[in-house]
Amino acid sequence: MPKHDTPLLDQLESGPWPSFVTDLKRQAKTKDQCWDILGQVELSYKDRVTHWKHGGIVGVFGYGGGVIGRYSDVPAKFPGVAHFHTVRVNQPSSKFYSTKCLLDVIEMWDRRGSGMFNMHGSTGDMVLLGTTTDQLEDIFWELTHNMNMDLGGSGGNLRTPSCCLGRARCEWGCYDTQAACHNITNTYQDELHRPAFPYKFKIKFSGCPNDCVAAIARSDFAVIGTWRDDIRIDQAAVAKYVSGEYVPNGGAHAGRDWGKFDIKAEVIDLCPTGCMSMEGGQLKIDNAECTRCMHCLNAMPRALRPGKDQGATILIGAKAPILEGAQIATMIVPFIKMEGEFEEMKALVEKCWDWWMEEGKNRERIGESIQRIGLPTFLKIMGVEPLPQHTKEPRSNPYVFWKDEEVEGGFDRDVKAFRQRHAM
Amino acid sequence: MGYDPANPLKDRITDIGPPHYEQFFPPVIKKNYGKWLYHEIVKPGVLKHVAESGDECYTARVACARLISGELMRDYCKIADDHCDGFLRFTTRNNVEFMVDNAAKVQPLLDALAKHGQMPVGGTGAGVTNIVHTQGWVHCHTPATDASGVVKAVMDELFPYFTSMTLPAQVRVALACCLNMCGAVHCSDIAILGVHRKPPMIDHERIGGVCEIPLAIAACPLGAIKPKTEELESGEKVKSVTVNNDKCMFCGNCYTMCPAMPLADPEGDGIAILVGGKISNRRSTPKFSKLVIPFLPNNPPRWPETVAAVKGILEVYAKDAKKYERVGEWAERIGWERFYEKCNIPFSDKSIDDYRLAYDTWRTTTQFKFTSHIK
Repeated sequence: MPKHDTPLLDQLESGPWPSFVTDLKRQAKTKDQCWDILGQVELSYKDRVTHWKHGGIVGVFGYGGGVIGRYSDVPAKFPGVAHFHTVRVNQPSSKFYSTKCLLDVIEMWDRRGSGMFNMHGSTGDMVLLGTTTDQLEDIFWELTHNMNMDLGGSGGNLRTPSCCLGRARCEWGCYDTQAACHNITNTYQDELHRPAFPYKFKIKFSGCPNDCVAAIARSDFAVIGTWRDDIRIDQAAVAKYVSGEYVPNGGAHAGRDWGKFDIKAEVIDLCPTGCMSMEGGQLKIDNAECTRCMHCLNAMPRALRPGKDQGATILIGAKAPILEGAQIATMIVPFIKMEGEFEEMKALVEKCWDWWMEEGKNRERIGESIQRIGLPTFLKIMGVEPLPQHTKEPRSNPYVFWKDEEVEGGFDRDVKAFRQRHAM
Repeated sequence: MGYDPANPLKDRITDIGPPHYEQFFPPVIKKNYGKWLYHEIVKPGVLKHVAESGDECYTARVACARLISGELMRDYCKIADDHCDGFLRFTTRNNVEFMVDNAAKVQPLLDALAKHGQMPVGGTGAGVTNIVHTQGWVHCHTPATDASGVVKAVMDELFPYFTSMTLPAQVRVALACCLNMCGAVHCSDIAILGVHRKPPMIDHERIGGVCEIPLAIAACPLGAIKPKTEELESGEKVKSVTVNNDKCMFCGNCYTMCPAMPLADPEGDGIAILVGGKISNRRSTPKFSKLVIPFLPNNPPRWPETVAAVKGILEVYAKDAKKYERVGEWAERIGWERFYEKCNIPFSDKSIDDYRLAYDTWRTTTQFKFTSHIK
């Protein structure tokens, strides 16, 4: 028997895409509060506004984040969601799970929460959706003692780092994204669990410039795999793409007849730097001109592979619009090796934090702080030599902030001596 | 054995971080880690990865609603136990992936997924994959629209593009229920964004009790909030704030900082559509999504105006773009003025940037196309 009528939501039970409404109703058979979620969302569908109150600070002892407090503004109608907090659980790198691990979490959540999840939240955490304050310490106890799991980040702290699936199942991973993500998450547990930053700080690890975790768009510190030497070419495989034996782009376009693969039109002419050519049946790449955009590798994965001298490019300061507008990350360090304990990368992260914790304003993302002080100043802070690679193009205004020590004779001059030569 | 409220620090474990990823790898993944040679999409939703050793890994990618029950997760686990050695993974875009280590195991896996009824396979190659989205009215306190319902309505309509690979390139759709944009909405091919259009109300009776007034004032990126002494109905004078409505851009930051300044509204709130963003560095550099439809109403449960807008743009792009061209690359090639014309989207001054750095987007050349906009 439905506890609430949900005529609007019921209309989302039809159609081929998996229905969250059907799913919630199924969970509601054993978890009564799921009926109250449905009831409250139905009310929002009727009123066209949310019925969750603003915020609420709850957490577990000793942590400043990881739990998002949430309270209904119609608790009398929907007592099951009067208190409905979210627990962010730090996901394993690139979100592989054993069924045992998942089933343990599901069983715990059946006892201590609503039974509903987000797999996963936008930053990457496994999100346990809906519990009450009195359950939080028990949940945390069971996660840490029985499941070897810990909470993720929220608020003004290091947010849960995330990575692409990289070398686990991809031919393009230019460094070990899982290892880097796991290592940095463990190194900075304090920064993750005890907010001390002006605002959130996200780190994301992508294995190649395809950037499957959107690091360049979404992370304050983006680590994107790249290489410094020549693209590896298997000429025999190139010939097989040309002859049609191999399907281009891994078969991504198989649903439409695009005609026979034309290496000139589809690869050589689409190269952004025009650094490729066919000579005597051989594919030639002028690697010095290549900007590693991935197009040719994506189009011919069996013929082309990243070079062997692999590492990562570091880009800093991406963010969504809040507060002062969206930013795509700025390229700061063209290449670092990503080996061992990732010390070189960590030194860069810590330089960012040392400066930003000192100079960043309340709720100012590091990308905004960099805009405020200017890129040349930030490069100085980071100890990075200014390079033409740091800009798309040189400045078009002449307003250079020369420093006293950069100008012959300095700024201090004698105005009296000036007057002796130049009458007013 | 468990948590003892009388003794909260006894045997406490903290700061252990996530479990190590390697224990969750299927055997074929563990064995060939870092040794993958190439991949192919066998058919929509089914990937084949080949390792240097000759080993193969087949992956079935399954649509998932992001908001899912433990009951449904148990179903996933059952399939993983029956077919995949007890392992599975989730993708960044909220799909579920089931992996097997030889071709013979693929069809039985696909049959099991098909039999379930809520596990459609797709989301690969030049198609539309799952929509990355936020919480919306299911769990968020600042949304201007719902998330799960809009996604369901849009993906029901775009479903043929999830189960096929007929587009010029992959199309990434994302939804955020407010300008916080939890998700890479600002760099997506098609972005669905919840927006407010009314300035905050001010609850003078409550504001002193629930927030730091200087923080509420400082929260406004445009300096539209000023301190003001207000007289309540009781005659009591209280410290409060006032909002210069002409300066307000409805970003909701003040409400984030101060619950006494709510701005959500059934008529004021709705959806903006942005297009042409991308994250990948492939061919062209990453791009922001551009706002082409400033407002569509919140029309639950199926948001027909939003669904029609998204589908309309997608289908014009599908017909008109060249192979490999992403939505933004296509729009730039034909020119945005032509984009509006082809997609039959009315142009309004709301698409002309008047925020910071707006000048970057103004046209400073005699090169343009004479479209129907020029009378």
